[in-house]
Amino acid sequence: MSRLVEFAGVGFTYAQPERTREGGFTLADVSFAIEAGEVFGVIGPNSAGKTTLLRLLTRVVAPERGEVRLEGRPLSRLAHAELARRVAVVPQDAPRPFPFSVEQLVLMGRYPHGPGRFFESPEDRALARAAMAATGVLELAALPLEQLSGGERQRAMLARALAQAPTLLVLDEPTSHLDLRYQAETAALIQHVNAERGVTVLLVSHDLNLAAEVCDRLLLLSRGRVARVGAPAEVLRREALEAVFGCEVSVDVNPASGRPVVQVAWPRVRAGR
Amino acid sequence: MSAGRRLAVALAVLGATLAAVAAVSLFVGSAALSPGAVARALSGRAGAESVESIVTLQIRLPRVAAAALAGGALAVAGVAFQGLTRNPLAEPAVLGVSSGAAFGVVVAQIFGLGPSVLAALGVAGFAFAGALLAAAAVYLIAVVPGGLSIQTLLLAGVIVGIFFTSAITVLISIVDFNRLGGVVHWLLGNLAPIPAGSLALFAALALLGFWLVLRHARELNLLALGEEAAVQLGVDAERLKRRVFVAAALLTGTVVAFTGPIGFVGLVVPHLLRGLLGQDNRLLVPAALVGGGIFLLAADTLARNLISPAELSVGVITSFCGAPVFVYLLRTRYRVSL
Repeated sequence: MSRLVEFAGVGFTYAQPERTREGGFTLADVSFAIEAGEVFGVIGPNSAGKTTLLRLLTRVVAPERGEVRLEGRPLSRLAHAELARRVAVVPQDAPRPFPFSVEQLVLMGRYPHGPGRFFESPEDRALARAAMAATGVLELAALPLEQLSGGERQRAMLARALAQAPTLLVLDEPTSHLDLRYQAETAALIQHVNAERGVTVLLVSHDLNLAAEVCDRLLLLSRGRVARVGAPAEVLRREALEAVFGCEVSVDVNPASGRPVVQVAWPRVRAGR
Repeated sequence: MSAGRRLAVALAVLGATLAAVAAVSLFVGSAALSPGAVARALSGRAGAESVESIVTLQIRLPRVAAAALAGGALAVAGVAFQGLTRNPLAEPAVLGVSSGAAFGVVVAQIFGLGPSVLAALGVAGFAFAGALLAAAAVYLIAVVPGGLSIQTLLLAGVIVGIFFTSAITVLISIVDFNRLGGVVHWLLGNLAPIPAGSLALFAALALLGFWLVLRHARELNLLALGEEAAVQLGVDAERLKRRVFVAAALLTGTVVAFTGPIGFVGLVVPHLLRGLLGQDNRLLVPAALVGGGIFLLAADTLARNLISPAELSVGVITSFCGAPVFVYLLRTRYRVSL
């Protein structure tokens, strides 16, 4: 396997404290690689730097120290459209203000493949329809985004990312708005896209158990640094998680998959139980 | 229906409407000409020195052309500012950009730039600089990490507008009034006939601005998703914003230089067109060019004829239409945030 993405000694600080979860946070000396074809998970507590890592990878911000490389090339040497032909992002929150239809949204995923085109080509439209069919939003194609439920909107965003035909699919908290059924379907879809289309997947998630089930390898971030990298069974160890998250947890094994299952050891506060 | 076909249908309908409104506008006015006389002048069968020829070809026709151009340019500028700020209330006059351009024009007149075509280009240059200055000021006042807040943007626009309007008043007070011929009337929007050479320059500059915005219409759609999302889809957001910003300032400056600061066209027309065509800027930008022309031409025809033989300023009509639309947008789209 070859290295698709490489972070080499990456350091980053927000110039001004932004009023986001990441408020004034730093990534320090982050080095790891994502192999072509794998499902790679990034986990860690709130404000560990997960979103910053994702912004660095998509060139929304540039590293202060070190380098991010895609297929061996530094991101700073890639044009924006060139990068977007290879890396597609499913963001955590769907946009709200402008009522575009689902189809218009998904067609936007074709932009980097023909940035000079005024209207999308018939091929673009066919690929967008196929992507909508794959995530089950084809019947919703004509609806404005604001009429969709949270789960439907997320599947529309996923369709847009698939229409981008990327080498690397980045999912930021893909199940945060979904009920159990769609969480299961999303997990299945991630694995399907990875297995059938050979797309490398980067999953950023709070959901340790989703990450454990679908990921080949995990990166545990803690306060802007790499705490551990490896197979789920190596990373999701009780001592490591307790140190990083600052609470007691128990780690079992899912008998069906053999993957770790993490649970919070809920503190008993009510007397007499 | 594909986006391309929708655009063709929309342009056909709007184009026919523009032609009809232009025809009406040519046939009515304070000079009592019969429709037959106007038709004779238009077809060239009347003598060049006849009253109907002079009124129709030298007064009404250039005015119709100027109104259509100015309206189209202002509406496209409105779509551009709305795309940049992701705010349907953004518009050259509301943002104070028109006032900045007007300040530039007054400065140009103090330098004595007269009525020749070359001088008109100079005036347009000053207006463009003023528009850029005002737009940059509004942007710098309103920008916070993570974007532009609606309230701050509108307030910044009001403040910058007041500042430049006051600066104009100061200039008018200290400079010999005779050198600023007709500036007060012009400040309310004045579609007085423009000589053919200047009209051609007006058209060239307006179409340049239109073309610059149209080229980026698809990217403006992506920007509507937010800047981060646009970057992740392959848009060079910084470059896009710079270019559209300059194009919108060029459109505003051009219109102000040739016809004065006419308000609210860039608010009303895009709002009505979104109701008909949706949010796709690839449809909105060309439709706004024609639709803005229809709107301002209709407004000017009313302004010329409502209290005939006297004339209303066209800006009065557009403001009477624009103010309710502004309030409506403010109440419906921003009920929660304000």
